[in-house]
Amino acid sequence: MAIATADRARPHVSLDWPAALKDAGVTALLAAALGIFIVGFRTVDRGVAGLQFDYQVVDVVVACVVIFFGRLALTAAAGGQPVPALLIGAGLLAAAQGLKLPSDFLTVVTSLIGVALVLRGLWSWLRRSEAGARIVADASEQFGTVTRQAFPWLGAGLLAFAVVLPFLPFADQKVMDLGILILTYVMLGWGLNIVVGLAGLLDLGYVAFYAVGAYAYAILATQHGWSFWAALPAAGILAAMFGVLLGFPVLRLRGDYLAIVTLGFGEIVRIVLLNWVDLTEGPAGIGNIPSAQILGHPFTPNAPEGKTPFHEWLGLEFSANHRLIFLYFIILVLALITNAVTVRLRRLPIGRAWEALREDEVACQALGINPTNTKLTAFAMGAMFAGFAGTFFAAKQRFISPESFVFIESAIILSIVVLGGMGSQMGVVLAAILLIGLPEWFRDLGQYRMLAFGLAMVLIMVFKPKGLVAHRDPTIHLHPPNGRRP
Amino acid sequence: MEYFLQQLINAVTLGAIYGLIAIGYTMVYGIIGMINFAHGDIFMVGSFIALIGFIICVMLGIGWVPLAILLVLLLAMAFTAVYGWAVERLAYRPLRGSFRLAPLISAIGMSIVLQNFVQLSQGARPKPNKEVITGAIQLYEANGFAVNLSYIQIIIVIVTLVLMTGFTLLITRTALGRQQRACEQDMKMASLLGVDVNRTVSLTFVMGAALAAVAGMMFLLYYGLTDFFVGFLAGIKAFTAAVLGGIGSLPGAMLGGLLIGLIEVFWAGYFSSEYKDVAAFSVLVLVLIFRPTGLLGKPEIEKV
Repeated sequence: MAIATADRARPHVSLDWPAALKDAGVTALLAAALGIFIVGFRTVDRGVAGLQFDYQVVDVVVACVVIFFGRLALTAAAGGQPVPALLIGAGLLAAAQGLKLPSDFLTVVTSLIGVALVLRGLWSWLRRSEAGARIVADASEQFGTVTRQAFPWLGAGLLAFAVVLPFLPFADQKVMDLGILILTYVMLGWGLNIVVGLAGLLDLGYVAFYAVGAYAYAILATQHGWSFWAALPAAGILAAMFGVLLGFPVLRLRGDYLAIVTLGFGEIVRIVLLNWVDLTEGPAGIGNIPSAQILGHPFTPNAPEGKTPFHEWLGLEFSANHRLIFLYFIILVLALITNAVTVRLRRLPIGRAWEALREDEVACQALGINPTNTKLTAFAMGAMFAGFAGTFFAAKQRFISPESFVFIESAIILSIVVLGGMGSQMGVVLAAILLIGLPEWFRDLGQYRMLAFGLAMVLIMVFKPKGLVAHRDPTIHLHPPNGRRP
Repeated sequence: MEYFLQQLINAVTLGAIYGLIAIGYTMVYGIIGMINFAHGDIFMVGSFIALIGFIICVMLGIGWVPLAILLVLLLAMAFTAVYGWAVERLAYRPLRGSFRLAPLISAIGMSIVLQNFVQLSQGARPKPNKEVITGAIQLYEANGFAVNLSYIQIIIVIVTLVLMTGFTLLITRTALGRQQRACEQDMKMASLLGVDVNRTVSLTFVMGAALAAVAGMMFLLYYGLTDFFVGFLAGIKAFTAAVLGGIGSLPGAMLGGLLIGLIEVFWAGYFSSEYKDVAAFSVLVLVLIFRPTGLLGKPEIEKV
């Protein structure tokens, strides 16, 4: 932020080159100190000889050189000197493409840094002249107006797209899988939004309820022959009960303490799932979970005795996609129910109480709101939706194991909620598309995917801490929005 | 009785490691009121740097064990401290004054970054280290069961005690400690009175990371291996220890670490090793219900 302000205030400031060089040098040295051991000396297990090194010191040196120039260019651009930034950016890009850098990763990253620097330089150059600054200001204002006007339509547009997606020509199995995945996280995000966004209770163990729902369905279906539709409410209620169970001990805790206890709770559930082998089959997981059926018609090429498969029932050609499309609509409806319930509840006394509790617990008590019941309902509601989502997950995957319910899942769901701008329903959707959809699309990033994910979490918090949709509608208006005053 | 004694020795050793990590949590929480979720991963980085340091020692032919340990200890502390500093500078400092959850989310992101960074550059498999210190003192023998106190356990406990004493002195006696305590009480007032708040907070992170590096090296020596994921569970347990002892209090962190070590080892020794983590977390929940400020913490007075 400080950089941006300086940029605006003194566009023609001359750059203190020795200081900039020193700064860039320190940054590069720091990078060297960070990387030299962990990256430079890769330990490799060579059997009898024990651990030995695979030296990658050259990589570290190259990375440090890139960082030196990158930092220098950024300082120059911030100091109102676009030309060095442009030159360095172009140079890095050329070096990445022309020279043979020691690893593909370095080539890609250096190219990206080069492009980013060129853009930064152009931006700085545009801002330097008054005409350019005016163009930028006008464009950003127009952009703001357009997005503000389009925003109410965005939800409707996305919903319409979600409904027609399965019938679009490009909707193959991969697209449907991705759609289902995103919708599952949207639903989980909306569920957690009740706890975190509305009631302001930081829950780091949300995945536990998801696990409860999934295991409830898996056990009921494989051992007691329940159908998906019968197990769905049961799993939801069970998860809600777990929510209350977690809620009771943590009622008196606040903020970070609450976070850590919920995290512990999530781990406890996972460890129990791992070790209670009689019930959960432990680390091996539960397989062969029956998928959901439509009015008793399974989505299989050949139905068991006395049942008609779905495609014969409707007289269609068999296609594996039917099952996916059906599951897609189930999760879409489930997610929409979650949304509808949340939006309705926000207008009821309980929803008002949640939001009031988030803002000031003491004031709530003074006004006669019972914090115990309010918090417990928030936990129960949130947990119930996670339970539904879990049931769906088990029916979709047809195999579950404790591996699927690790802490990182909770962290992902929480970051969807926070990124969305806590309390914003639309924000959750956008964040889920961004955090789940993009990485899935870039599966090719492979092992670098989670690294990029973590980095994105940090960068978004640093540059856009209020989330994507920072604007939050006040739930209550003193005066009705249409202008009539009482 | 013999079994009990042996478990007690093991528990104290484990507790010392947890305590060292817990100090990092407790100091950071005390000064800026955030859970440094990446601290467990700093500990993991420390164990990796120590591992690399030991291999370098072997290659350079430094055969005298105390010298090797001292060198590796200094190396790990120094370079892990850089990690602590960089994490604070990049991920937390820009968020000071942001909303309450922002640093925590950023810290979770940093934790993911560090884990994957180490996994990518060092590989996912556990890395075994050659045994550096062998041998044990046999304290007591009865009914065919010997109670052993290994040299490594002695070293862990002694190093922990020395560092604890040193740190307590640093916090209570030096100018830096005074500045830290001033920032803890009121950051704005401290900066008005000429305390460089940024520097103090940075140094807090540096010290926490250095201690985590010591814990990482101890962990490596004690268990003989490390991998990119060890920081997660160790970190959560150390945080549990910090909360148990009363967050913000140095002796509390040590006491909490010791208690968590005791609970874990005795639960594993007498009941079931599968549920030892459950036991540790359950104790945390119980303590927080009946004594929300922890064992040695000061009650937080809420002004309305």
